[in-house]
Amino acid sequence: MRIAEYEEIFFKVLMWLAFLLMAGTLLFIIGTIALKGIPAMNWDMVTKSAKGGFYLGKEGGVLHAIAGSFCIAGGAGIISIFISVPLVIFLNVYLNKKSVFSSVTRFFMEILTGVPSIVIGTICFTFMMYIGMRASLLGGIIAITILITPVMCRSLDEIASQVPEELMTATFALGSTKYEAGFIVFFRQIVPGIVSSFLLAFGRGIGDAAAVLFTAGFTDNMPSSLFEPVASLSLAIFFQLEMPIEAVRQRAYASALILTFIILIISILSRMIAARYRKFKV
Amino acid sequence: MIDNGHITIKNLNVYYGKEHALKDVSIAIPDKKITAIIGPSGCGKSTLLKSMNRLVDCMDNVRYTGKIFVDGEDMLDPEVEVIHLRKKMGLLLQKPYPLPMSIFDNIAYGPRIHGIKKKKELTEIVEHYLKEVALWDEVKNRLNSPASMLSIGQQQRLCLARGLAVKPEVILCDEPTSSLDPISSQHIERKFIELKNDYTIILVTHVLRQAKKLADYVIFMYLGELIEHGPAEQLFNDPQHELTKGYIKGVFT
Amino acid sequence: MFKIRKIKDKLSLKIILIIAISFNLLLIVNFILLSVKSEKIFESNSLFSLLLGGNWQPLGGEFGLKYFIAGTLFVTFLSIMLAAPLGILCSIFLAEYAPKKISVLSKSIIDIFAGIPSVVYGIWGVICIVPAVAGVAHKLFGLNITGYSLLSASVVLSIMIFPIITNIVIELIEFVPQELREVSYSLGATRWQTVKHVVIRKIYPGIIAAIILGLSRAFGETMAVMMVAGNVAAMPRNVFDPVYTLSALIANNYGEMMSIPLYDSAVMFVSLVLLVTVVLFNSIARIIIHRIMKNGIK
Ligand SMILES: Nc1ncnc2c1ncn2[C@@H]1O[C@H](COP(=O)(O)OP(=O)(O)O)[C@@H](O)[C@H]1O
Ligand SMILES: [Mg+2]
Repeated sequence: MRIAEYEEIFFKVLMWLAFLLMAGTLLFIIGTIALKGIPAMNWDMVTKSAKGGFYLGKEGGVLHAIAGSFCIAGGAGIISIFISVPLVIFLNVYLNKKSVFSSVTRFFMEILTGVPSIVIGTICFTFMMYIGMRASLLGGIIAITILITPVMCRSLDEIASQVPEELMTATFALGSTKYEAGFIVFFRQIVPGIVSSFLLAFGRGIGDAAAVLFTAGFTDNMPSSLFEPVASLSLAIFFQLEMPIEAVRQRAYASALILTFIILIISILSRMIAARYRKFKV
Repeated sequence: MIDNGHITIKNLNVYYGKEHALKDVSIAIPDKKITAIIGPSGCGKSTLLKSMNRLVDCMDNVRYTGKIFVDGEDMLDPEVEVIHLRKKMGLLLQKPYPLPMSIFDNIAYGPRIHGIKKKKELTEIVEHYLKEVALWDEVKNRLNSPASMLSIGQQQRLCLARGLAVKPEVILCDEPTSSLDPISSQHIERKFIELKNDYTIILVTHVLRQAKKLADYVIFMYLGELIEHGPAEQLFNDPQHELTKGYIKGVFT
Repeated sequence: MFKIRKIKDKLSLKIILIIAISFNLLLIVNFILLSVKSEKIFESNSLFSLLLGGNWQPLGGEFGLKYFIAGTLFVTFLSIMLAAPLGILCSIFLAEYAPKKISVLSKSIIDIFAGIPSVVYGIWGVICIVPAVAGVAHKLFGLNITGYSLLSASVVLSIMIFPIITNIVIELIEFVPQELREVSYSLGATRWQTVKHVVIRKIYPGIIAAIILGLSRAFGETMAVMMVAGNVAAMPRNVFDPVYTLSALIANNYGEMMSIPLYDSAVMFVSLVLLVTVVLFNSIARIIIHRIMKNGIK
């Protein structure tokens, strides 16, 4: 009896410690990024592009990288909507719950979510070499699309599975075709879900570095064309941090703060929409 | 009121969040008898049963007031040693829930937790209680296979044996036959009649026939309130309350 | 009218089918592309010399991956050793012990951290972990090192895979029917005994699966590791030595690789190794998890 009590207390303490350690570390990360980033922050960072010698400490900012990241992730996110919405409607309305095709597709979604972004980067790079395309905004968009589409599909599929089945049964009972049931009735039900999973995927895309390393290239200019290289915030952080000049490293901290801030806003927004949607439904 | 029984409930109120699930319930449960709790579904039968060994603690959002005396100790007192009080009460649920381990380990789980370590002793206990529920002959050759391999009826008997193996004084049953086939149900029902010589049995059931067949004492509940209770014959043949009359006649179920 | 509806229905089905089938083919296409591209390397190197060779000299046509593979394995293993116990303890805490409010809040915070980009973890590693590791090495062992090391990489990685393990284990624990716990309590078990003998036992394969998913994430993680691992292709003698991982190798050799013969093929081979390993790990883990979820419903 007594041993059981001690064991209980021992593990309770252990669990509290593990929890506090992790919670502490996570706060510590945000704290570090904020503490290091805020002093290095200035208006130029978000309002100016890199000028000549920016990476040697001369003036300028990372607006071009922010814009580049938004273009890449935005483009990829939009393409990913056009893939994931039909796919999820197909899985949930057209197909039977137990169909082999839908389990296989869901399985592939899960596996694809786990493919490392560096691998996706090399694959896209190979493909681009093959068709004679050089590192560009379009290349980055393709790579990030492959990276985030599975993420968006899974998130949307999970939300879609909560649409009441009776609604769909009733819709079919009224004589709707699958197209009408799927792309009108069902679609209306998952609109908030589309927004929140788009944001989730967008956040994943905007922070990625390894997949755009080969495919989008890097530049000091604002994104101007689909076929020109673009900068990305995550790579800007990486390159600035590699510089041995303190002023440039400071800018890496500021850029990391900007990126973290963007990610947090997107993540919280996505969560709020999902939560409101859940309340709405019940 | 009888005050020397195993279980005496005084002014018990249970709330799930804002929902008032049990309203001021007071009752003494007679010893060594089968007490049936009947009533339409959602009236708080399971809640009452789970309060008796304080399993309500394990749910979110639950609040309760009142007292439940078990052998003189207040079960709901926050200071009380819940573990050893719970041990006095076996639990049998709607569906059999075999623990994720072998048949042997299912029975040995309780005794092991209470400090019995010797293999020989455990083997004896397992054999004894499997025989007690007439399962021994069916499983003696595969004691080490997972309990989930058994049929539902066998599983439920295993669960009964598992509960008995910690030597409880009371057996709490929540519609224990509702997922069983008629033959397995009969098995369990017959077992209860044997067991009531040694145990106090509290049986939640929505099958009136079962209550009539088994119960010595009956509690009728409705919308969280205890409407009427009394010896089985009296309650079934001469119910006092209009609601009880209606329920027994099958006006509502 | 009816005709138009019919046509729309049929057309939509066709378009969706194309999307769905190409989605499912994506993985296979990726695999084929990488295989074809890395085929050339086998004309002059054997699989054996590629995987176990200790010499990486693209100019001399030598592509031994031994140290990179070792680096990857060490980093992955050590980060799992750190993340798994913490993640499992945290998930038990959040799913079984913590007050509801703490657990709901923590779960969303963990989710948010799962979405933080790896460069941010990397920069945090450079700012905090690298100097801390250097300091510890100096104080305790008298070593003079930069701090860019196996240990730094593992610590940073472990924090990145912590949310993956924790999320899955929480989901699995919550999946265990409440009645099983009630049964265990009613037999007189304490909370911890119930967790240990019933809950964990029930989801044990799932915990393994969660760890495998964590492993595979660690295996392919690039930027954060590259920023703090030191990237020296040699066998680390202890945790304070720098390591070079396969993923960092790919990332660092971009640019040069087109100008040297076979170089690109070698890099594609590395990428193929990562892809195959990760897909294998993920498949095993997902199958285990699906099994549990399916059997549990019965
Ligand atoms: N875990 C719970 N959370 C919230 N409400 C509950 C919970 N369990 C039961 N209730 C509510 O309490 C009331 C009584 O339930 P219960 O005791 O299960 O009734 P019975 O067993 O008679 O069907 C019901 O209205 C039910 O909705
Ligand atoms: Mg009930």
